[in-house]
Amino acid sequence: MKFDQPATTNPIDQERVVTRPHTRIEGPLKVTGQAPYAYEYRLPEAPTYGFVLGAGVARGRITAIDTAAAEAAPGVLLVLTHENMPAQGASDTPVPQQEDASPQLAGPEIRHYHQAVAFVVAETFEQARAAAHLIRVTYDVTPGQFTLADTLEEGKEPDDAADSVVGDFEEAFGAAAVTVDLTYTTPDQSQAPMEPHATIAHWEGEELTVHTAHQVVHWVKRGLAMTLKVPQKNVRVISAYVGGGFGTKLLFFSDAVLSAAAARVLGRPVKTALQRPLIFNNTSHRAATIQRVRLGADHAGNLSAVGHDTWTGNLPGGDSEPACEQTKYLYAGPNRQIRTRQSELDLPPGASMRAPGEAVGMLAIEGAMDELAEKLGVDPVELRLMNDVQFDPEKGPKRPFSSRKLAQALRTGARAFGWDGRPRTPRERQEGEWLIGYGVASAFRTNLVKPSGATVRLEPGGTLTVETQMTDIGTGSYTILGQVAAEMLGLTLEQVQVRLGDSEYPASSGSGGSWGANSASAGVYAACDALRRDLAKQAGYPYADAVFRSGKVWQGAECTELSELAGKEGVSATGSMTYGDLDEQFAQAGFGAHFVEVRVNAHTAEIRVNRALSVVGAGRILNPVTARSQCLGGMTMGIGSALMEELHVDHDLGLFVNHDLGEYHVPVHADIPDMDVIFLDELDDASSPLRAKGLGELGISGVGAAVANAVYNATGVRVRDFPITLDKILAGWDD
Amino acid sequence: MRAFTYERAATPQAAAGATLAEGAKFIAGGTNLLDLMKLDIERPAHLVDINRLELNAVTDTADGGLHVGALVTNTDLASHPRVRADYAVLSRAIVAGASGQIRNKATTGGNLLQRARCPYFYDTNLPCNKREPGSGCAALTGLSRPLAVIGTSDACIAQHPSDMAVALRVLDATVNTLKADGTERTLALDDFYRLPGDTPHLETTLEAGELITGVTLPPPPGGTHVYRKVRDRASYAFALVSVAAILNGRESRFAFGGVAPRPWRDPAAEKAAADAGPVARARAVIDAAFADARPTEQNAFKVPLLRRTLSAVLEEHSTTGGQK
Repeated sequence: MKFDQPATTNPIDQERVVTRPHTRIEGPLKVTGQAPYAYEYRLPEAPTYGFVLGAGVARGRITAIDTAAAEAAPGVLLVLTHENMPAQGASDTPVPQQEDASPQLAGPEIRHYHQAVAFVVAETFEQARAAAHLIRVTYDVTPGQFTLADTLEEGKEPDDAADSVVGDFEEAFGAAAVTVDLTYTTPDQSQAPMEPHATIAHWEGEELTVHTAHQVVHWVKRGLAMTLKVPQKNVRVISAYVGGGFGTKLLFFSDAVLSAAAARVLGRPVKTALQRPLIFNNTSHRAATIQRVRLGADHAGNLSAVGHDTWTGNLPGGDSEPACEQTKYLYAGPNRQIRTRQSELDLPPGASMRAPGEAVGMLAIEGAMDELAEKLGVDPVELRLMNDVQFDPEKGPKRPFSSRKLAQALRTGARAFGWDGRPRTPRERQEGEWLIGYGVASAFRTNLVKPSGATVRLEPGGTLTVETQMTDIGTGSYTILGQVAAEMLGLTLEQVQVRLGDSEYPASSGSGGSWGANSASAGVYAACDALRRDLAKQAGYPYADAVFRSGKVWQGAECTELSELAGKEGVSATGSMTYGDLDEQFAQAGFGAHFVEVRVNAHTAEIRVNRALSVVGAGRILNPVTARSQCLGGMTMGIGSALMEELHVDHDLGLFVNHDLGEYHVPVHADIPDMDVIFLDELDDASSPLRAKGLGELGISGVGAAVANAVYNATGVRVRDFPITLDKILAGWDD
Repeated sequence: MRAFTYERAATPQAAAGATLAEGAKFIAGGTNLLDLMKLDIERPAHLVDINRLELNAVTDTADGGLHVGALVTNTDLASHPRVRADYAVLSRAIVAGASGQIRNKATTGGNLLQRARCPYFYDTNLPCNKREPGSGCAALTGLSRPLAVIGTSDACIAQHPSDMAVALRVLDATVNTLKADGTERTLALDDFYRLPGDTPHLETTLEAGELITGVTLPPPPGGTHVYRKVRDRASYAFALVSVAAILNGRESRFAFGGVAPRPWRDPAAEKAAADAGPVARARAVIDAAFADARPTEQNAFKVPLLRRTLSAVLEEHSTTGGQK
């Protein structure tokens, strides 16, 4: 099925099941420990255990690797190094890929700290770990470049973030009545999902099955096949339950490649979970940025010049952190200059982390809008309303937004949050020891859709089974796909069984970039549409007249039970959704507004969030329970990015040195206050038949700026180097 | 972790004797040691399990003080009625640290012996004189924001991470030990902890096989007890700085955490500007106590932060009339 015309009335519009609040259908399995995550599958044959040894230097060459003691250690079955690693597909970048060859132990060259240098397999995990510590590696260390700020001159325009230049920015900025010219920095951040990257690999003859923690099944299937040099058809991937991804599980790493390679050598299953300290430097992270935002406006606040430059770095061949992408779409302004420059760094690989670009770009642009509002003496909400625009500001009115409720989100949020009662000037309000501040920011995240397919089977008895490669990384995919299928076939959610994350099922969008819910739902929609046509035909009803309701298909007052049509064998249909060029005709994005109240201790500058509200326009909300959880999770991560998340680079040694969850701080429960989410009524006809838009990353995109703006309102100190820690406030208090 | 042998000690003296052996270590709650063994930072050849020893009682001493057995858990100590009534700063410090699960396992003796939380100590690839004497200190030019500002050396700037020990220091608690030959010692905390100097791997003055049997608290000091911990997130983080205070007018005492290789106290500095208001008094106390501070660029904020924190403690006390 191809979605190339805006949606017209379809069965989802009934909203009998879709849009209804349902708790997760797999929830009982999870809370009773019966939902197996990748590392937890029990195979008929006892597994062996892998342990990845990471490089102890950032850049250089292995000159000697002594594995004799490890090989002689109790229980050890195999030690793989670059000297005995089986042949692999080649890659021209040291950055692990999504769906291409990503060799491990490919040679003596070290390109980043904790790159895998050896893989020990033993009868127990403890034996493998103990043996790994006996391996002696000698390096010839090469100097590396680990400091983004030292590379600004070398940056190049990356393929994935093209310059956007409209009008004459420099002239307009120079002529503007009121301007801000501000530089922000955001640190490297780690996705650090609760479930580590983990894999169980086992071979039966030439056929490999991997249970692995991954976000997009067909990507890792292809990538592993290319890496191991086996046909794709010989690889089966199962990612039925995934404990968080945040982008890092869009790629595949040493746990998958080395478990699969070793299992083949040994003829036994190998299971490997990356130990927590390895996750920060061995896998991917969000790269640091330096951003310069220049805004020019007239005295009323109408923007005439919008400039946003980002500098970021990565290993050669790695993606950029496109932190100024949202600035192409967020506000009006006739003269625009939006540029990303990427340089080469010898730090671990940078890749997608929740809302790549927006999550850190919004910290800059929305901080700058706050500073501009202050300079203009206008309400920051009003400034944003004044510069709202219903079309792509770069392309003009010929490319309207498919739906854009930024203004409504700002107004709704201001009312619900009590924005009128805010402290108007910094340090205006104090309660006991605590300074109180309010902040606002817009929310924006590009909407993406990907092709996705599914099989649906009407079972004997009239229940329905949905099968798709789609993953559920904690987001609620099981539940919403069940809801979509139930809606389409006129069943209840309880009558639908959903099976996910197996490469035996039709390929799916997978989870990433907030495309999962909308895209995978559209795939299930397509499969259900095919099944509905079959069933109507079997019942002898013209499809245009057929209505599926209450476990029956109806034509007028006449009906046939679905169980009857299912017969003894059942009836199945497979479908997939692909997309035309509606995303070119229409600019598509989710919009919203974040409102935050913080308190800052007047003595110690400790910063705590009192309350936070997000107002979200993201098309049809398929399930308000799971959608709300997605927003709350994004807001939590946004609070973390504003106040604490930071991988500390050791600029001499070239690694992220705080590589455990004791020292890489994310918010704990005590940091997270009273939070609320308001969903705006919205249907986006140009996005999919579901009329939904991406949601999962909208929560993080902007909330950190609202926190930062609130901190300024409380303290009078603008901190533009994230995270905003208390020492930076104290420096501003200057005593 | 590497292979090790294990025995369960029957008596304190037997435990001390068993730990005389090369590479032997005591294990109690294991909340720190096991983590470090998994990371190949601690590599004991032999573990002497002291958990079954009868060192888990809290008893009144003849002079009205309190003796705390080395195996009393952090949870039990923090919730003990006499600790809450007479040594509230200790109770408050303990609950400011770690998590409920860890406090249920962690012991009084083990808490005193917990090792540094410097990130370079935690990675066996990196230079760290505390872990690998002579390898250097990467923190001096690397990530030093969380680390110590006073009592450090060119060899090590790690801070002591304990909250409990800061409260013990302000209470003038002593550490009771037993050696394999049966002799006992009583050590003030400043005599128990070494400063790093050229030997940061030596953290205490305990001798081989010497077992901590308990901690003795002097008779209740009275006053208002405060433990104020400043950290980057609301829970589950080590102190950037902390203040343990027993507020009692001119006789007030202060100990400081998160800033030194051991709980830091300067009794002479406590007398500074004792009649001044909170801000001036805090400034005078910290200026005196930290005159010798040698912070890095990254952690220079700790001294003014400590002054502000002490000022907050004094101000809160003066405005609540000591009824805290």
